[in-house]
Amino acid sequence: MEKNNCFHCGLEIVKEEQIVFDEKDFCCNGCKTVYEIFSLNDLSCYYDFEKAPGATPQDINGKYDFLDNESIVSKLLEFQEDSTAIISLSIPHIHCSSCIWILENLQRLQKGINTSQVNFPEKKVRINYNPEIVSLKNIIYLLSSIGYEPYISLENYETGKNNVDRSLTYKLGVAFFCFGNIMLLSFPEYFEVKEFWLDNYRPFFRGLIFALSLPSFFYSASGYYVSAIKSIRSKMLNIDIPIALGIVVMFVRSTFDIVMDYGSGFFDSLTGLIFFMLLGKMFQIKTYSFLSFERDFKSYFPIAITKINSDSTEESIPVYEIEKGNRLLIRNQELIPVDGILISDKAEIDYSFVTGEAVPIAKKSGDKVFAGGKQIGKVIEMEVLHSVSQSYLTQLWSNDVFQKTVEQKHKTITDSISRYFTPILLLIAFAGFGYWIFFDANTAFNVFTAVLIVACPCALALTAPFTMGNMLRIFGNKHFYLKNALVIEQLAKVDTIVFDKTGTITTNSKSNISYEGVILDETNLAVLKSVLRASNHPLSRMLYDFLPETKKIKLDSFEEITGKGIKAVIDGILLQIGSVNFIIESKEDEIKQTAVHIKIGDKYFGKYIFNNQYREGLSELFSKLSTKYQLKVLSGDNEGERSLLELILPKGTEMIFNQKPEQKLQFIKALQDQGKNVMMVGDGLNDAGALAQSNVGISISENVNVFSPACDAILDAKQFQKLHYFLKLSKKAITTIKMSFTLSLLYNVVGLSFAITGNLLPLVAAIIMPLSTITIVSFVTIMSNYYSRKIK
Amino acid sequence: MSVIYLLIAISIFVAIGFFIAFIFAVKSGQYDDDYTPSVRMLFDDELIKSSQNKSEIKG
Repeated sequence: MEKNNCFHCGLEIVKEEQIVFDEKDFCCNGCKTVYEIFSLNDLSCYYDFEKAPGATPQDINGKYDFLDNESIVSKLLEFQEDSTAIISLSIPHIHCSSCIWILENLQRLQKGINTSQVNFPEKKVRINYNPEIVSLKNIIYLLSSIGYEPYISLENYETGKNNVDRSLTYKLGVAFFCFGNIMLLSFPEYFEVKEFWLDNYRPFFRGLIFALSLPSFFYSASGYYVSAIKSIRSKMLNIDIPIALGIVVMFVRSTFDIVMDYGSGFFDSLTGLIFFMLLGKMFQIKTYSFLSFERDFKSYFPIAITKINSDSTEESIPVYEIEKGNRLLIRNQELIPVDGILISDKAEIDYSFVTGEAVPIAKKSGDKVFAGGKQIGKVIEMEVLHSVSQSYLTQLWSNDVFQKTVEQKHKTITDSISRYFTPILLLIAFAGFGYWIFFDANTAFNVFTAVLIVACPCALALTAPFTMGNMLRIFGNKHFYLKNALVIEQLAKVDTIVFDKTGTITTNSKSNISYEGVILDETNLAVLKSVLRASNHPLSRMLYDFLPETKKIKLDSFEEITGKGIKAVIDGILLQIGSVNFIIESKEDEIKQTAVHIKIGDKYFGKYIFNNQYREGLSELFSKLSTKYQLKVLSGDNEGERSLLELILPKGTEMIFNQKPEQKLQFIKALQDQGKNVMMVGDGLNDAGALAQSNVGISISENVNVFSPACDAILDAKQFQKLHYFLKLSKKAITTIKMSFTLSLLYNVVGLSFAITGNLLPLVAAIIMPLSTITIVSFVTIMSNYYSRKIK
Repeated sequence: MSVIYLLIAISIFVAIGFFIAFIFAVKSGQYDDDYTPSVRMLFDDELIKSSQNKSEIKG
């Protein structure tokens, strides 16, 4: 049953490449080697926890040479002393209990590693090792050899201790401690036991209750006072004002009651309220610690690069130390960190992440190469023109949108309700006071405070956090990771959706190849495939993989002309494969299409056209969305696919091509100036500006752990077609909140009727308060779960 | 009579004791990662068992 899948990594095994070892099937040598390492070291129960947990180790030859440089290593380390060093490495492959197990048993594989500890939610491993016995480079090599290659980027430079903010946990702990103890001590009061001895102890109980409420009032609730004062200063009434007002009034009145011996006060309700509201806050903060929403180019860039000194020795230097005039060595698949001039005679540079162009660009010696491209193929040399911070790509980050700290760009739904709530509340309080003052000043004072206490919108304030928190989890389970709860409200408001093309509505990996022209027979195909075999051009390689298996024919001669094509001779017949101007000597304006033309002998046969592969379900998604939203496609690529896109996508979808990163940003801005709520869906660095500018920036990612530009939400590329569902669900979240608002307002009305008639007893308050909290929380949880199942 | 004072004082002290334990637990970072330990605690036995198994087979 499982026979065709690799025992180590679970991938399907290609018949010809199957390796049988120890009665187990493996898909490649790499997987087999990992299994060997594990079984030699008694670690084979790695495979017991999870079926096929591994990853195929990648070839990392030379990739980590920079770790020989002591100064770079010391920047990466968390702690360093003679015989101990600690490093935290981020390993994207961590995904199951087998991973934790093997990574925490590293000391059995490598001498010198003392302990290693996995932080699963953050996908990190913290290794404590002895640098006198084992070097960091060896550890990285070991990790890579067992399929757990760490991800090291410029972001890791200057790691330092990052301070975790744990204040909410403390506040919650304090609030719960106070709440629980006060509840216990309040019981005698609840039952109003009229026993002599209990009456004797009343001051003692009340004094303790008062003392216990102090930490909760002054420490746990402090966030609400700060926020209320801030909101008054900025003249925006938010929900924290009536909350803070309610808490303070409750505390003052209760203290007064106890001191004057009028009653037991509302300390139980007060501390309970603070506890539940903090709990709501905690629930809303669902963080995906393994994701980062604040990434910039730094996490895409390498940490070090190979520099060629004047005496032609090679040396690894940190990227920040690159200076103008340096000569750099860029290997296959390595990133070009700075702008420069190519020295080697040719290069193929993949800019898809930076510009959105799908096909790698060929560069000749002397051409300018820009930072952000990936070299594909041979090792190249280049000379530096600008340092990192002045490069073309990094300059995008100096735009204003990246500078402003996004402090509540938008008003939340709770806050806009509070704008009406607060004045009405004060009005009722004063009206009650005004009415009772004619009868009894004491009752008037009681009614005034009771109104503020009972109307304290704790149920109102709990609605949004619990709904949003629950939605955040539902989205997360479906691989749509939101930065915070505010994003849901923004999603519900969106009316215009802008898509990037390359990498967003197309997949990065595969291209769809079609053939146009005279049909090639088997011998021709064999000839063609044999020629392509010798070529390193990305298009050749794609085409080579596309063509069926044939027998191999020996070439008589082979010549690759950079930027044009291939000339080869087989059995005396000249074969030309390449671009249109290379094959047919006319200047036809067909460059917009990515195609490879074939000419065998004197006869022109036809061309292979490379279409981008669109994501599954694209046209259904667009046609669903087009009924409710304005759709636009914004691409950095050329117009080659316009007609194809027009066929797939619904009418009225605006398409704009040849957009530079800045132009994308401006485009979004222009839409917003027209009053639109824009959602941007993008993937690469070239979309970074547009994502930051838009109301909701969603970044599509094939592998959520590796890299995505700064955004509000990260969507797993496999879930792309569900975008419509997510938008619908976010609208339902708002509906749920509104329904629950009505419910909590009803509670307030009931409570107010007690208060205004001067009948609010501490016991009534102690019942209403938790009851409303529980109903609200269960209502929103049930509703949001119901909607997430019902909608399709 | 005064046993009430004593009992309540004791109960408060016990509660404060637990509260202090909680503060230390947060400070030491126990609440930062609440998933991995739950998996890790199941491992230790497996490790011993696996090496025993191996030695049995060898023996």
